[in-house]
Amino acid sequence: MNSSILTPNAYLRSDGRKGIRNIVPVVYLVECAHHVAREIQLPFREQGVHLLGFSGCYPNEYSFRMMRSLCTHPNVGAVLLVSLGCEGFNRRGLLEAIRETGREAELLVIQNEGGTRSTIQTGREQVARMLQALEHTPRAAMTIDELIVGTVCGGSDGTSGITANPAIGRAFDRLVSENACCIFEETGELIGCEQIMVSRAAAPELGDILNASVAKAARYYATLGHGSFAPGNADGGLTTQEEKSMGAYSKSGSSPISGLIKPGDIPRKGGLYLLDVVPDGDVRFGFPNINDNAEIAELIACGSHVILFATGRGSVVGSAISPVVKICANPETFRNLPEDMDVNAGRILEGVATLDDVGQEIHTLIARVADGQPTASERLGHQEFVLGYKHFEPIGPSCHPTYQ
Amino acid sequence: MVSAIRLFTSDNVLVLTRSFEAGETIEVGNIRRTLATPVGLGHKIAACAISQGEKILKYGAPIGSATAPIEPGEHIHLHNMKSDYLPTFTLDEGREFHHTP
Repeated sequence: MNSSILTPNAYLRSDGRKGIRNIVPVVYLVECAHHVAREIQLPFREQGVHLLGFSGCYPNEYSFRMMRSLCTHPNVGAVLLVSLGCEGFNRRGLLEAIRETGREAELLVIQNEGGTRSTIQTGREQVARMLQALEHTPRAAMTIDELIVGTVCGGSDGTSGITANPAIGRAFDRLVSENACCIFEETGELIGCEQIMVSRAAAPELGDILNASVAKAARYYATLGHGSFAPGNADGGLTTQEEKSMGAYSKSGSSPISGLIKPGDIPRKGGLYLLDVVPDGDVRFGFPNINDNAEIAELIACGSHVILFATGRGSVVGSAISPVVKICANPETFRNLPEDMDVNAGRILEGVATLDDVGQEIHTLIARVADGQPTASERLGHQEFVLGYKHFEPIGPSCHPTYQ
Repeated sequence: MVSAIRLFTSDNVLVLTRSFEAGETIEVGNIRRTLATPVGLGHKIAACAISQGEKILKYGAPIGSATAPIEPGEHIHLHNMKSDYLPTFTLDEGREFHHTP
């Protein structure tokens, strides 16, 4: 069966993958290069030039892999790397990995460029040149089975699990039936639902892996003394972790679960995937994800072209690289923050829309966003990005074969 | 417009679909209760009498247990229910990992 066209105007990359944006990331490879990278990006920030980076000076396999996946993401056209010079990040390895994909990539080392002012000057010239070259990026039609969609919830309240999350679940069910790839995440927010989730695994051995991933999250959070539960969750009517989990879980819809992936793994074919965001091994480096944007970056590193973000209390964030569609669960919040929201799922509570209506609205909006329509957070200039330290073991064959 | 909904037939809680001020009366089904404190949209009230220790059911699934007897229509939150899950983990596993008494 031929998959239907999502957009006729996607950006065709040399590896055959297609993007819905043509972003130029300016990437600092240590906090010491952050200011210079930000100054390079600033004049271009409304032209699709995004600032991202890694603060740490010590090298880390996970953060390298994340950065490589992000810089070769189909929404990315060209990349400028900014290094101080003495940090531990494998800048040459990253530069070569990006260039191997056929993308233009440049590396500026501040200590070799004569310092702050001259690096900013050179960087701006390079970005201007990259933007000009990207005007000639080949375009191609992109079908729904080439689409990867990630979902996350943040600032959840008692309405999230009733309106926005299950509406995203409806949209996911339809996308999975159209052979798109859908990713849900945050195993720490599945504590209490693992048995229900395991019953949806496409294969019994995958069920064991899903169960183990939630057990790992429970152990990890227990050691840290905190669940994935913020004060605002309780203000919004959520009382326990398992209550929050049941609501968060409904984002996954009702399709069979095809596989478990880890940050940077790109699913090979359509289906529903659980992204395991909790590090492997003993607890180290602190909380698995210090905020929602760290999770969004991981979903994007798994190839997500677009992110569906459910919020009840009212998160305003967007992201670097991929557009974030904000689906507001709470009608009072929607009235309070209308400019920041894309979809008012709170209408379900007011009896003027059904879950299917809102699911359909999300599905339609994804196609428009893929065609270039900016989301609320894009219009407002949101380009948040967070990347920290983690440790992962590679996924096993039972999890599902992936690229990279 | 309804002021509270039952998500699953087996649930013993209802979810408010609008915010209520202190002193307002919630009327849903055969429940009629005047609220002592404000209760926000998305919060839970008891659909029936719930005894101490009984499971709280929402989405058809247990989301914790009552820590006090709860009357029909009463607000259910941190003051009268608790998780059956994470605190258990926090205590047991936390002790093991932190080596604290």
